[in-house]
Amino acid sequence: MKICVTSEGKSLDSPVDSRFGRCSNFIFFDTDTEGFEAQENSGFQFQGGAGIQAGQLAVSKGVTAVLTGNVGPNAYRVLASAGISVFTGVSGTVKEAIEGYRNGKYKAAEAPSVALKSGTQVKNE
Amino acid sequence: MIISVASGKGGTGKTTIAVNLALSLGDVQFLDCDVEEPNAHIFLKPRLTDERRIFVPVPEIDESKCTYCGKCREVCAFNAIAVLGGTGPGGGSVLVFPHLCHGCGACSIFCPEKAIKEIGREIGMVESGIRDGMGFVHGRLNVGEAMSPPLIRKVKERADSARTVIIDAPPGISCPVITAVEGSDFCLLVTEPTPFGLNDLVLAAGMLRELKIPFAVAVNRDGIGDGKVDDYCAGEKIPILMRIPFSKEIAGAYSRGEPAVSLFPELAGQFRDLFSRIRTVSGSS
Ligand code: SF4
Ligand code: SF4
Repeated sequence: MKICVTSEGKSLDSPVDSRFGRCSNFIFFDTDTEGFEAQENSGFQFQGGAGIQAGQLAVSKGVTAVLTGNVGPNAYRVLASAGISVFTGVSGTVKEAIEGYRNGKYKAAEAPSVALKSGTQVKNE
Repeated sequence: MIISVASGKGGTGKTTIAVNLALSLGDVQFLDCDVEEPNAHIFLKPRLTDERRIFVPVPEIDESKCTYCGKCREVCAFNAIAVLGGTGPGGGSVLVFPHLCHGCGACSIFCPEKAIKEIGREIGMVESGIRDGMGFVHGRLNVGEAMSPPLIRKVKERADSARTVIIDAPPGISCPVITAVEGSDFCLLVTEPTPFGLNDLVLAAGMLRELKIPFAVAVNRDGIGDGKVDDYCAGEKIPILMRIPFSKEIAGAYSRGEPAVSLFPELAGQFRDLFSRIRTVSGSS
């Protein structure tokens, strides 16, 4: 079974990235083989739709769960439609997140946890 | 001649200048392209005679024909479609995100199964009318709608090339502004002599250079702030065509929805001077 964790870096010791669509990296972890693959997220360059693209990527990787800090409505719609469980409020390192997930520490989100475009940092002043 | 009036940020007096310029000239057509917050009509008080609802096409997927090939998602430059393959736990489906869709039609053109048809989604309306001899058109974007450029284009389609056209552009330097000022013969940038004003002016000037639209500056609320806007314009050789001093009376008139020229008729001459300077610097005298 494959799970996707949003991560600031490319190793299992990296901190979990709290954003989904605009995270730095995705870690795809295979719970059967204990192997993982890190992939940089190109989503930060999109003006809009980063969450949709990230969701689409998770779907195409065949993951069954996503562990992250927050997920917006667009990404949630993609993930939920694909039957992927979304776990929000996850923090610590990627390794800890995976442990927590295995121990049933997190509860699957039933709705997006943040509003549209929350991962976009807009500086106004 | 099309003159757009723009500003790197809101609240600089862009609408004040556009409205008063229009009133001072009289025989013009006014297009309010600030479709998220159109407010020129408050000052111009046109008699609206026509209203049209504006739709953008969005794809509708006939899933009985769709093979979930993913082509539509690939060609969509705006990330407005997600395709979930038929083998995942949720089964196949195509998700359309209408608020991201620009209605470009690429998905339906490229769909190999002809599974996509376009349906209309209302984004707002274009209203038009007259005030004395002045033509007036504005767009009103539906509340919560993000897709303003197609509506702005609809407002601009009504431009009468036989007349002097004044466009009140939305504030900022993003897509809607570019849509509004594109194709103008000249753009007047309204700014305030403050550090924030300067910052936004620099960005807006960069945008207009990119678009190759001749432009100049009008300083509103002259006398507040510092001299940095003047220094910048002098250094960049950007002409300052008008200065409106800070005045409580003008600000008060604005808040009552009264145009400054109806309170101070002598201002009309200054706005007509502004127009002749615009014609001179834009080379269309
Ligand atoms: S391109 Fe057409 S057939 Fe392919 S996924 Fe999109 S709608 Fe379905
Ligand atoms: S019409 Fe264009 S923007 Fe809209 S979904 Fe299709 S390809 Fe994307």
